[in-house]
Amino acid sequence: MSSPTVIETMGLSKLYGRSHAVRNLNLTVRPNRITAFLGLNGAGKSTTIRMLLGMIMPSEGSGTVLGRRIDDPAESVALRRDVAYVSEDKRLYNYMTVEQMIRFTSGFVPGWREDVATALLRRYELPAGRKVRHLSKGMHTKLALLLAIARSPALLILDEPSEGLDPRGVEQLLETLVAQCAEGTSIFFSSHQIEEVERISDQVCVIHHGRLVMDAALDELRESWRRVDVVLPGGAHVGDFEMQGVERVHTRGKQMSVVASGNVDAIITRASESGATAIDVTPVGLREIFLQTIDLDTSGEN
Amino acid sequence: MLFRLTDSAGQPRYLQLMQQIRHAIESGALSDGDQLPSIRTLAVDLVVSPGTVTKAYSELEHEGFIAMHPGAGAFVCVSRRARRLGDRVQAARDRVDELIGELRDDGLLDDEIRRLFEAGLLSAARTAAKR
Repeated sequence: MSSPTVIETMGLSKLYGRSHAVRNLNLTVRPNRITAFLGLNGAGKSTTIRMLLGMIMPSEGSGTVLGRRIDDPAESVALRRDVAYVSEDKRLYNYMTVEQMIRFTSGFVPGWREDVATALLRRYELPAGRKVRHLSKGMHTKLALLLAIARSPALLILDEPSEGLDPRGVEQLLETLVAQCAEGTSIFFSSHQIEEVERISDQVCVIHHGRLVMDAALDELRESWRRVDVVLPGGAHVGDFEMQGVERVHTRGKQMSVVASGNVDAIITRASESGATAIDVTPVGLREIFLQTIDLDTSGEN
Repeated sequence: MLFRLTDSAGQPRYLQLMQQIRHAIESGALSDGDQLPSIRTLAVDLVVSPGTVTKAYSELEHEGFIAMHPGAGAFVCVSRRARRLGDRVQAARDRVDELIGELRDDGLLDDEIRRLFEAGLLSAARTAAKR
């Protein structure tokens, strides 16, 4: 019964008119971990998530979520029962109070956890008697999160969950996601906030112009990407560093800066063979890795 | 026990956590038989994926620093090997202090010394990984 993946797509595409919102996406999300879906605004994150939930049909390709086909109407209904989803707009019933909204939702969710709902209501300091329409954006998000988590879902999908949250709200959100993952829920969340992705994710999938341009374990990225700064009194020749792992080379006079996704040892060796008088190796953060990756992808398109 | 992960890139989070727990054991902040926080508690405290804590704990167990008892949690176990390692770390600290002193005498700034150490470690880590 236990599946090696919670989300899997094969050649998933969505066309709006003649433009691809999502293009040939092969996504694999494994269970019991936190996977971030990172991309700029308009990269195709929301379209992908809406296809995963059966809310819109793919133009091409297919996929499964918790083993159920996303393009089969009957299966996607069952799928939405097992997956909790916090949408970007977090649409709730405006005329209900917080308390009514919670009671209403609990009525049709089989695995509803009243204890979890009560604990989160207190923790998030949500005003039980206030109408949803009068909640601040942050409170609105927290209520949506509460409703999703109290379902004790196998998979929690969130679309830009931190939008509109203040720093304290973001902290509570991240703590909630981490705690929920420890309860055995697989988490897939889209974001363009590098810092939050870098803090809690196990796996990072980067989408750009509708295509998957990176799928890597955060630990591996941290371990393998390096910047190598070299001083070459004999002059810097970019051609000498056209080698495996090199993502970008910058030169200024006798100084050269190489950003590499691996093979750092060979790069250092090459630098000393080229007569480098100073070699500095420093780590590269996710922000730069992300920008570098989407940058390469854009240049590949032109 | 207080652990804190830094945002410094270049090192997997689980390694940072392992080093801190190891340090807490070697410095005596944690002693034999002490219980470590549950994976969930530590993940929430540090706001990291539970996978990070799980990996750190299982590596530490592999190294003999802690013992995991299913259902009961993780406990510090200061084995003879860990104690030996503690002595080695103390000896290494003395050597590092000595070397830093010499480099300062040679006129190097602390920032330069730090960069040299980091570069040396990074390239050494690469070489080790390749083997």
